[in-house]
Amino acid sequence: MTATVANTYRKRRERVLLTPEGLALPFTVAGRGARAGALMLDLMLIGFFEVAVTWVAFLAASGLFDIHQGNGYSPGFELAAVMWIAAMFLFRYGYFLYFELGPRGATPGKRASGIRIAARDGGRLHAEAVIARNLLRDIEIFMPLGYLVTAGSQGGLANWAAFGWFMVFALFIFFNKDRMRAGDIIAGTWVVEAPRRKLEDAMSLGEAARGRSLATGAEYRFGDEELSIYGEYELQTLEQVLRQSNQQALVQVAETICTKIGWQPGSGDERAFLEAFYAQLRAKLERDMRFGKRKADKYS
Amino acid sequence: MSVLDRLRRKAPADDIPALDDAMLRSDRFRLEREHEWKRLEAIVQSMERGRIGKLTDEDLLELPALYRTAASSLAIARETSLDAATLAYLEALVQRAWFQVYGPRSSLAAWLKRFFGGGWSAAVRSLWLDICITLAVMVAGTLVGWLLVARDSEWYFALVPADFQDARVPGAPREALLATLGSKPDAHGLSLFSSFLFSHNAQVAILSFALGFAFGIPSLMLVVQTMATMGAMLWLFHQAGLTTQFVAWLSIHGTTELFALLLAGASGLHIGRSMAFPGTRPVLAAAAESGRRAAQVMAGVVLMLVLAAMLEGYGRQLVGSTSSRFVIGGFMLSFWLAYFFAFRPRGEGDLP
Repeated sequence: MTATVANTYRKRRERVLLTPEGLALPFTVAGRGARAGALMLDLMLIGFFEVAVTWVAFLAASGLFDIHQGNGYSPGFELAAVMWIAAMFLFRYGYFLYFELGPRGATPGKRASGIRIAARDGGRLHAEAVIARNLLRDIEIFMPLGYLVTAGSQGGLANWAAFGWFMVFALFIFFNKDRMRAGDIIAGTWVVEAPRRKLEDAMSLGEAARGRSLATGAEYRFGDEELSIYGEYELQTLEQVLRQSNQQALVQVAETICTKIGWQPGSGDERAFLEAFYAQLRAKLERDMRFGKRKADKYS
Repeated sequence: MSVLDRLRRKAPADDIPALDDAMLRSDRFRLEREHEWKRLEAIVQSMERGRIGKLTDEDLLELPALYRTAASSLAIARETSLDAATLAYLEALVQRAWFQVYGPRSSLAAWLKRFFGGGWSAAVRSLWLDICITLAVMVAGTLVGWLLVARDSEWYFALVPADFQDARVPGAPREALLATLGSKPDAHGLSLFSSFLFSHNAQVAILSFALGFAFGIPSLMLVVQTMATMGAMLWLFHQAGLTTQFVAWLSIHGTTELFALLLAGASGLHIGRSMAFPGTRPVLAAAAESGRRAAQVMAGVVLMLVLAAMLEGYGRQLVGSTSSRFVIGGFMLSFWLAYFFAFRPRGEGDLP
């Protein structure tokens, strides 16, 4: 049951994008959880790097010149401090810009979450778009936090009102179905899942797929009636079971199918039985498909 | 490279040993094409890793063709195959190839070069109407500040933030006011002060850009508020007969900073205007288009503010004489005007 709930949730995030050549490309909009995780990871990386650099720079600075001079700071230290403030500011922007303009279109955090940015209209992702979406990041994250701190410590209606106003930006992502934040709207981008998959083996190559078991020599032939019980959903579940090749699951599935189609379950040859059943069921469903007849699952 | 070399050769159909074994028609379809998919995958993978230099020209030329082939394979497979794993692989592969074919054309460095070499000026020029409106609003805001305080000096305390109300209050003696315009003997403590100014000003500028989102009204209100403060202070110094000194004190960094504020407000207004009046485009498309243009301007505004903060922190406190302050401020103003409106390199100026 949970699988079905997760499935409908996923279905709701699926979009089809039309590329300039007119190809329909399916995309899945990244979930809010994945994006929050990516942001946390990026901020942690930035924070870690900044702290490390600051520490090293401070050690180097205090070795090179005196920090205090009279009752103020020495000019050398002040210059270093100014450089440091500017560098940290630029680093925060540069981090997001560098990685999102790169060939993967994702910061390390986004990569770890398996997501990336893309142009919403299916066209080219412009550098300006990446800059626009990152300029608004400050308003969406850091300003509400800042006002929350001031409102919390000093109170004041104006501070709370400002906090509320900025929360509109911060919570923007919850109020539209494409999970865009304000920066995405301005830039014309969105964040999508970026899956990477290996090409798995073809399923109908072996002898078993033709219905002959190499182990026992048994022939498995299924009639039209037996094959018309299941639909595409069951076929693809069976594909998963076969690819994972867990002996216990194979036995269980073979038993279930046998009961359903009224066969006597034999034992020891489940894999060959299932491969034969899979290949013949797929052949039937694909044949029907070519005639425009589709069967989503066993209930339809 | 060895993988690519192996994949480069087109495999004739009889080279694929499994083809005859495949029982299903959809599997045969896949086996006939999979070497092209794998070739595409190898090319895309090297591009993703940033090793574009390792690819031959032949690879790069073939990328769009391979991308289209894979996309049409996907379209056919979706109608004829029920192999979930292959479909998922193809979908992911076509997506990845699409990202490479339509990815950002420029790296950060290349973009910066284009940006300073005319892209920024062109973006500013394309916002001319919003700049005119914002400029008018800024002048109006200054007037409002002046007139309010001239009518009732109590307004001064409402318009000017508390941290400026040290000696600078209505009725203060001329000498006290003149002292606030003076330069300090040394630069100690100034640099940290200027970075503080920068982060404060950057926040105001980014804010007025971001608020453009709400149809531009809050952007203009923020601009009016800032300028009213200035108008009130201008009145105060005018009362004491210090108008020239005050304008000089302000101009050294103010020409850059107010210019940046003007551009930030105009960027916000530009987005707001295009969302309020999108014309025949959908609102989101209009917002995205104007957002891209305004973002270029804003990236430059941030740099202008860094410069303004340096001028304010160092320049204003170190340069004391009214005339040299005017020279610096005037130079900055003419520099920006020339850069934005007179600097038009050939071949540049076309916006995305």
